[in-house]
Amino acid sequence: MRLAALIISFLCQKSLNKVRDTSNMNIIEMTIHELHSALKSKKLSSLEATIAILERIKAVEPKVSSFITVTPEQALASAKNADEQIASGHCNLLTGIPLAIKDIFLTEGIRTTCGSRILENFIPPYSATSWEKLRDRGAVLLGKLNQDEFAMGSSNECSAYGVTRNPWDTTCIPGGSSGGSAAAVAAGEAIATLGTDTGGSIRQPASHCGCVGLKPTYGRVSRYGVIAYASSLDQVGPMTRDVADCAAILDAIAGYDPKDSTSVNMPVPDYSASLKEGVKGLKIGLPKEYFIDGLDPDVQKTMTEAIETYRRLGAEFIDISLPHTDYAVATYYLIATAEASSNLARYDGVRFGHRAEAGNLLEMYTKSRSEGFGTEVKRRIMLGTYALSSGYYDAYYVKAQKVRTLIMNDFIKVFNDVDVMLTPVAPTPAFKIGEKINDPLQMYLSDIFTIPVNLAGTCAMSLPAGFSANGLPIGLQLIGKPFDEETILRAGYAFEQATEWHTRKASI
Amino acid sequence: MKISVVDVEQVARLARLELTFEEKELFATQMDAILDYVEKLKELNTEGIIPTSHAVPMENAFREDLVMPSIGLAKALANAPGRSDNFFSVPKVIE
Repeated sequence: MRLAALIISFLCQKSLNKVRDTSNMNIIEMTIHELHSALKSKKLSSLEATIAILERIKAVEPKVSSFITVTPEQALASAKNADEQIASGHCNLLTGIPLAIKDIFLTEGIRTTCGSRILENFIPPYSATSWEKLRDRGAVLLGKLNQDEFAMGSSNECSAYGVTRNPWDTTCIPGGSSGGSAAAVAAGEAIATLGTDTGGSIRQPASHCGCVGLKPTYGRVSRYGVIAYASSLDQVGPMTRDVADCAAILDAIAGYDPKDSTSVNMPVPDYSASLKEGVKGLKIGLPKEYFIDGLDPDVQKTMTEAIETYRRLGAEFIDISLPHTDYAVATYYLIATAEASSNLARYDGVRFGHRAEAGNLLEMYTKSRSEGFGTEVKRRIMLGTYALSSGYYDAYYVKAQKVRTLIMNDFIKVFNDVDVMLTPVAPTPAFKIGEKINDPLQMYLSDIFTIPVNLAGTCAMSLPAGFSANGLPIGLQLIGKPFDEETILRAGYAFEQATEWHTRKASI
Repeated sequence: MKISVVDVEQVARLARLELTFEEKELFATQMDAILDYVEKLKELNTEGIIPTSHAVPMENAFREDLVMPSIGLAKALANAPGRSDNFFSVPKVIE
């Protein structure tokens, strides 16, 4: 209701007679590159594009719920500003492109909740570096996207602001935790989005919603201004309609940031430049632990066809093994929850966030946290606190860190023999809303193919590779060597050129 | 059962969380199942393995010790649930 009223009031203020009829242009389905070319050739203005997408948001949000906060006034003002830039001859690839970002990114002056009640009224005093880089290149912010609370979840059912639904089948989850970021791209509610990935939170929703999602190497993109979940695993990445757009966003956000001491100071390649080099002679590894018996038959079939496509394109396949794969989920849920329990100690009701009425300080901490956090966040804080508590520290936390070393060594060894790995993203297509919410362990196990990449710290991408018999998208995962995003982007681009999966649209 | 309701209460105290009776029962059961699952890590011999806390090998990140602008009092206090002059206010700590 509030969103509808805002858009209508803005549209009334604007002189609509200056806006051309753009109904034949299908703005909402455009890629960054397509919209850029329309903006540059003046076939379309950023204001026209932004209005079309805001109207789309108004129309489909009741069914999808991708957004926590829509920012129409700011979006229209930025679009006008972008049009002035374009008129004066300054039109870089992102100028005037309407984007949306996960509500985990701090945005100065714009409410940022991280999907939690505890931050319901939090207005950040500064912005995330990754968002600033997009904004400085002229991108238009449409709003802040729904997510599992503090990025803890695989289905978006753990948001305090309602469940995001999968645009391909609204009875299914969009994946998580960047579920809003994936659903918005799939439902035509943003040209592209940013998400974050701690254990698969970009790749798994990208796979379930039929878009492209890249988790860069740890350290490649600044985490400054990204609300922390598990600091040794969190990474920022693009979610887009095709691989070229994914490269374009990575070109904009990658690089060292003095404000993030874990960002890596090494040269950033031009990711868009090497896309078209093809995959002839590329050595692709197939880890046997990822092609297990329990794999959904539609996922299995999709992988078999993808392998065939790559073979036709001239890639070579090598059977490999990552022997510690089966230990990754257990390792992750000890390390991530331990880091989370420490990171979330800052929510104490003192400086920002929800404060409960209380008679003394301890009661204020305890009540504020207990009222502000949802069940999954409490569960993970409890697990992490347990794993770090005296008597269990060595048996759980240190043990998991040692197994993490073994998992990393698996990756290092395999990358002596192959350039990339090809695997499924998730064992099944999107599951039904409510199906796994009461069984946390089953929910955690749905991330089995994405978690090892975060533990190893390397890069991986999900891209559309097929559909289930029920019409749900299925993604394939390409895993690259650390800081070799170029090769997975190139391999993804070659696949996309040879297939048409990425061109299919959800009918919502 | 590795985890009892009493254990849950102890961990909740450490984590500054107050749980309802239903939450305590639920977490005891669920944490028990999860801890049972992570027991599988014990199958691996990790003797002599160096623990990994960070995936990318890095030196400590030093910077020049320079005076830089900060966000300032107004912005720093803007989200404060309670404030008094230029301070965050909290319930009385010392009697």
